Amino acid sequence: MTHFVANSLLLFSAQPDGAFVPKLAPTDNFWLPNAGSELARSIDSLFMFIMWSSIVSVLIILIAAAWICWKYKGGAREENRAALSQEDHSTTLEIVWSVVPMFFLVTVFVWGFKDFVALRTSPKDSIEIYATGQKWKWTFKYPSGHVDSELHVPQGKNVRILIKSVDVLHSLFIPEYRVKMDAVPGRYTELWFNPEQAGTSPIFCAEYCGTQHSDMMSQVTVHAGDGYDKWLLEMEKRIDALPPVELGQLMVKQFGCGACHSLDGKTGTGPTFKGLWAKTETLATGQTVLVDENYVRRSILEPMADVVQGFPPQMPSFKGQLSDKKIDGIVEYLKTLK
Amino acid sequence: MAAPGTTIDENFITHEKGLLSWLTTLDHKRIGVMYLMCVLGAFLLGGTAALVVRTELWTPGPTIISHDVYNQAFTLHGAAMVFLVIIPGIPAALGNIVLPLMLGAKDVAFPRLNLASWYLWVIGALFLIASLVTNAADTGWTFYTPYSTTTTTSVIPAVFGAFILGFSSIFTGLNFMTTIHKLRPPGMTWFRMPLFLWALYSTAVMQVLATPVLGITLLMLIVERAVGIGIFDPKLGGDPVLFQHFFWFYSHPAVYIMIVPAFGVVSEIFPVFSRKRVFGYKFIALSSVAIAILGFLVWGHHMFTSGQSVVASTVFSAITFLIAIPTAIKVFNWVTTMYKGAVHLETPMIYSLGFLWVFTIGGVTGMFLSVMSTDIHLHDTYFVVAHFHYVMMGGAITALLGGLHYWWPKMSGRMYNEKLGQVSSLIVLFGLNLTFFPQFIMGSRGMPRRYYNYLPEFQEMHQLSTIGAYMMGLGFVITAWYLIVSLKKGRIAPANPWGGHTLEWHCSSPPPYYNFHDAPVITEGPYEYADWTYDKKIGGYVRKGQ
Repeated sequence: MTHFVANSLLLFSAQPDGAFVPKLAPTDNFWLPNAGSELARSIDSLFMFIMWSSIVSVLIILIAAAWICWKYKGGAREENRAALSQEDHSTTLEIVWSVVPMFFLVTVFVWGFKDFVALRTSPKDSIEIYATGQKWKWTFKYPSGHVDSELHVPQGKNVRILIKSVDVLHSLFIPEYRVKMDAVPGRYTELWFNPEQAGTSPIFCAEYCGTQHSDMMSQVTVHAGDGYDKWLLEMEKRIDALPPVELGQLMVKQFGCGACHSLDGKTGTGPTFKGLWAKTETLATGQTVLVDENYVRRSILEPMADVVQGFPPQMPSFKGQLSDKKIDGIVEYLKTLK
Repeated sequence: MAAPGTTIDENFITHEKGLLSWLTTLDHKRIGVMYLMCVLGAFLLGGTAALVVRTELWTPGPTIISHDVYNQAFTLHGAAMVFLVIIPGIPAALGNIVLPLMLGAKDVAFPRLNLASWYLWVIGALFLIASLVTNAADTGWTFYTPYSTTTTTSVIPAVFGAFILGFSSIFTGLNFMTTIHKLRPPGMTWFRMPLFLWALYSTAVMQVLATPVLGITLLMLIVERAVGIGIFDPKLGGDPVLFQHFFWFYSHPAVYIMIVPAFGVVSEIFPVFSRKRVFGYKFIALSSVAIAILGFLVWGHHMFTSGQSVVASTVFSAITFLIAIPTAIKVFNWVTTMYKGAVHLETPMIYSLGFLWVFTIGGVTGMFLSVMSTDIHLHDTYFVVAHFHYVMMGGAITALLGGLHYWWPKMSGRMYNEKLGQVSSLIVLFGLNLTFFPQFIMGSRGMPRRYYNYLPEFQEMHQLSTIGAYMMGLGFVITAWYLIVSLKKGRIAPANPWGGHTLEWHCSSPPPYYNFHDAPVITEGPYEYADWTYDKKIGGYVRKGQ
């Protein structure tokens, strides 16, 4: 049973270097991903309106240009064919082709403004979930206090995501809902959406944030009915009931440790977890240290204290995010990774 | 001055001999040629980096290089193409050669400043390359904080390089502005100026007014990184979004610094190759000025997802829409210029028509991004990458190539192989579309930019794009080949191979050291072709009665 929980949270197939690969929902639209909310559909209709207007106007201009080139071809230079006209000015024409696009542009601007205001105004009755961006993972903190590397939301409810970053700029991007907002260190930003369909879709980091920017993916799961509340309850209950090793394994997954610390011995941005336990590491300062309970604990809470030689000082602190019980679990889990 | 239509022995290339005579020259044409060689060299560097990036993206996982090298490669590509190639490309290389000639002047107003600007370019480029050989910056060309102040790569040399290149750009701008104000020949009123000069003038204004802001910003970034004074990093009490405001306050005008000169080049080529006066001269001229002014007021449209307020975003979006109008006016006027003309489809004209094709697509896709609601979805995806490559590569580089072929006989004194020119221009244009059109599709489907790994769903589009990139590369290799060959084996160029009427076509090819013996007196506009007829014997145009 506990294995089932751990596995259900390890939903993704892993790429060679351990990145997660979420999947886009199927869509009929050639240009756009599936639209998962009413607002997304409204934005899409504007997108398609601009698309068709663009296709028509580009075709008109290019066909006109091609036809003129063919119709008024100059032939060989020595023929000295002269232009049929030297007319170089028409105020009427200039006014027409300035004013006509103006009507189109005003329409599109107003339409876009309407949806933009809606995108940026979260309804008062929203469920609030905190998202934290850090190199190179997202964590989501639920009203119940549960923390997860994936976003779970109830179908048909307004969901407001409060976003922050603990290091550099990131950007929370959920194509399915046409929402995107930068995670800016030192302040909160927010976005909201109302998911219409149960299912899963990808979450990306859209603002370049360094080495593994492209691995900073996650997934949103929309639960039908009371599935969301049930999921939250289950998570807490099951996490509570997990034996330490499996709790540790789950934490390593939830907090995205694998983005930098591989489990298979490969060198990543940080040392691999495989065979780490009881190893003697050389630190950047030249000292050596035995990887024991205290070292692991200190590395999680104060990662800059003892950086292993040859690795960049990149790791963020998890102080306040992991309870003692969870850290104990991680220690026990590391002991198993021989 | 020799008789028009013929070439004389003494010219700016043969005037003095030896490397030192080039490195110490004050002649605008020689400085322009040196700029051109450097810019094309940097284009090779940036293009190679682009091919490395595109090759890596052949598969969704690792292909040929690591995460970090990939990030360094796209940073190098962006920084080299923006700061070393496109910004100086048309103004400093082609503009330097052509601007004084078009004015019938002997040189620019400040020849020494002109040479200094070239040396600054070289020094700036060396700093960028220094960053490359030590531990290449991996910040992207935008240097966003706090990533750029915390990454372990050598950001400072790269940023300092961009800082110095900024001064090179300011020097060129100052020089061109002064030259156009003070050195116009008798009779050349503002509205008798060739449109290329209007474009260079508008560009110069932007270079002089916007570039100092970039300089200050980059200096602040260096100070924060080197000394730890908090300006942009919230850990030190700074504001990372402030950097974006400063950066785009320069870098949005900078995209017009890149594209407005391109407008100028095609505004020359369309009438000459249609044997017809340019249509809507004043509208084309003044729309460059309008774009230069409005270009300063739209920087916030790069920041719709930054947490910037709704009110600010709305104002920036509205002004962005206004820029669409002068841009559309230009496109309509170029098409109408050809109407009832006698259209000759040689290489410069193929590039100009290619410009019309690609730039129009780049322009209309800008609408998706200036509309706030659709931009939220498209921001920082491949849609944006495709859009600005259609404008920068499809616009600025295509026009640079058009201008290069148009003025090649003038600057080198030789004709290039026209057949190869036509073939390679078509290869480049089709390659360009194959590279960047799939990027629109995957971008709107949700593919974020600057991704080393990506979802397998996007692989087909990435592969099409990579094939297109190699196709373009092939086109450029052919172009480089026949241009180099033409220097030795090309037919001797006549003074006026295309039948232009702007003043550079009135002197021999290549022009004599002092361009014109006497300042020409201007009595008519620059697009009067009735007096020029093609003479088969010399393979160029001669003016009636001469």
